[in-house]
Amino acid sequence: MAQAHTAEAAFPRRWKRPPILIRDRRWRIGIYLGAVVYLVLAISSVQVNWMRVYEGLERGWRFIQGFLSPDFTTRWSDISEGLIESLTMTVTSTVLGVILSVPVGIGAARNLAPPAIYLVCRAVIAVSRALQEVIVAIFLVAMFGFGPFAGFLTLSFATIGFLAKLLAEDIEDIDEAQAEAIRATGASWMQLINYAIQPQVMPRLIGLSLYRLDINFRESSVIGIVGAGGIGATLNTAIDRYEYDSAGAILLIIIVIVMLAEYSSSHVRKWVQ
Amino acid sequence: MLRIEGLSKTYRTGDRALTDVSFEVPAGQVLGLIGPSGAGKSTLIRCINRLVEPTAGKIWLGDLEITGFSRRELRRVRRRIGMIFQEYALVERLTVMENVLSGRLGYVPFWRSFTRRFPEADVAKAFRLLERVGLTDQADKRADALSGGQRQRVGIARALEQDPELLLVDEPTASLDPKTSRQIMRLIVEIGDERSLPVIINIHDVVLAQTFTRRIIGLREGRVVFDGPPEALDETVLTRIYGEEDWTSIRRRARQESEEDQREREERLAGLA
Repeated sequence: MAQAHTAEAAFPRRWKRPPILIRDRRWRIGIYLGAVVYLVLAISSVQVNWMRVYEGLERGWRFIQGFLSPDFTTRWSDISEGLIESLTMTVTSTVLGVILSVPVGIGAARNLAPPAIYLVCRAVIAVSRALQEVIVAIFLVAMFGFGPFAGFLTLSFATIGFLAKLLAEDIEDIDEAQAEAIRATGASWMQLINYAIQPQVMPRLIGLSLYRLDINFRESSVIGIVGAGGIGATLNTAIDRYEYDSAGAILLIIIVIVMLAEYSSSHVRKWVQ
Repeated sequence: MLRIEGLSKTYRTGDRALTDVSFEVPAGQVLGLIGPSGAGKSTLIRCINRLVEPTAGKIWLGDLEITGFSRRELRRVRRRIGMIFQEYALVERLTVMENVLSGRLGYVPFWRSFTRRFPEADVAKAFRLLERVGLTDQADKRADALSGGQRQRVGIARALEQDPELLLVDEPTASLDPKTSRQIMRLIVEIGDERSLPVIINIHDVVLAQTFTRRIIGLREGRVVFDGPPEALDETVLTRIYGEEDWTSIRRRARQESEEDQREREERLAGLA
């Protein structure tokens, strides 16, 4: 017993976790201090016009009032037209986007594609992700004119960047042993995709497509504001006309649809697993 | 018959996995490949169906030179070589039947495999093999619904569905309990006998190797350091393969188990008579 005590006394009694990110103590303190100083300076440089904030409060209040007493009837024909346009745009662009992103995603998976194709597909994805939907929409509206066609193209393009990237990552994460076993049977490349890759990534692909469906619906209302048609255009018109009660009605409809989509897609995702 | 001549593999990282390996396996012989982790066992059997490209040396299966095929023609080589994997490597989300039928991928065109419309002879063979491995009523279950031993049986059926001229077996018992391990090993050996196939089993468990194989090759650091019958595996040989260790207990166990196995076999034969 006494022996055990003496043995233990020989070991250090204090232990500190070694610093993970920055080893050098001076650098660590310097960087943290610099960050704090910058944050203080940055915040103090933001100019706030308190008069304007006060005026804005009043407008905001009117907006909220409109929101609380939504008017579905006066502009119903505009609203329903915009809504149908948006839903059409959402569904068609998601379908086209998914169809296009499957080959791009496969091409962008390092474990399946030869280097040249890999680079091309990664470039497509990078471009699609770098350009925000609104910017693409402005460009396409200038090309094809106002209306849902520009919106449809915008959302299809954005879907490729989103879905192909996540699909490619999923393919890179598959269980290689299953792919090796299929390869060992003498399967061709297409058969390898169909038998070893598809079963492994399908549930996630379906889940992501549904998720993208509700993102596309939300985005369709945003790009409508820059002229790409749909419910966003209707919303924009209502706000321009100071018809906050109609705008409120539109927002409520958008929220309900997004929530419905969210709810049902999570169910479908559970079911496909 | 399989013939390997002067096989070497150096990985791109510069690691020498195999150095000048040569041996022959006649039809109907079950060969156990033993050696410490990293000795090149796994690389060796993957060079045979060219899942790993050999750096030098030649491999013949019958009068077919496997190493002479271009990458595009590999399909024709691989479909003649059945492979059974560690941890089964079944495609988990496919049914048992699809997994067995995937053994035909090297023979059927893409549209047939894609639509799961395999030739009737292939389907009949798959059912016969499922019966052979004792899984007749599991055909429509998903592979991930089976137990470890059952999965490995599906893996065996998949390899046999290829009508192989050679069976490569990579650590078939690594994740199985002792009893199931012995059943699986016995099944593999029986099948090798039935079809008089050359079988190469890459195995960690020296005792299992001694009990079930008729010839053992010991690899160490990518070189063949022993080639002979299991009875010749004494202390000096084990030390040559694995390094210095006390081998008395493992040899005693091997003796007991092979006696046990002999008794079991006699009992089963008595039961049949």
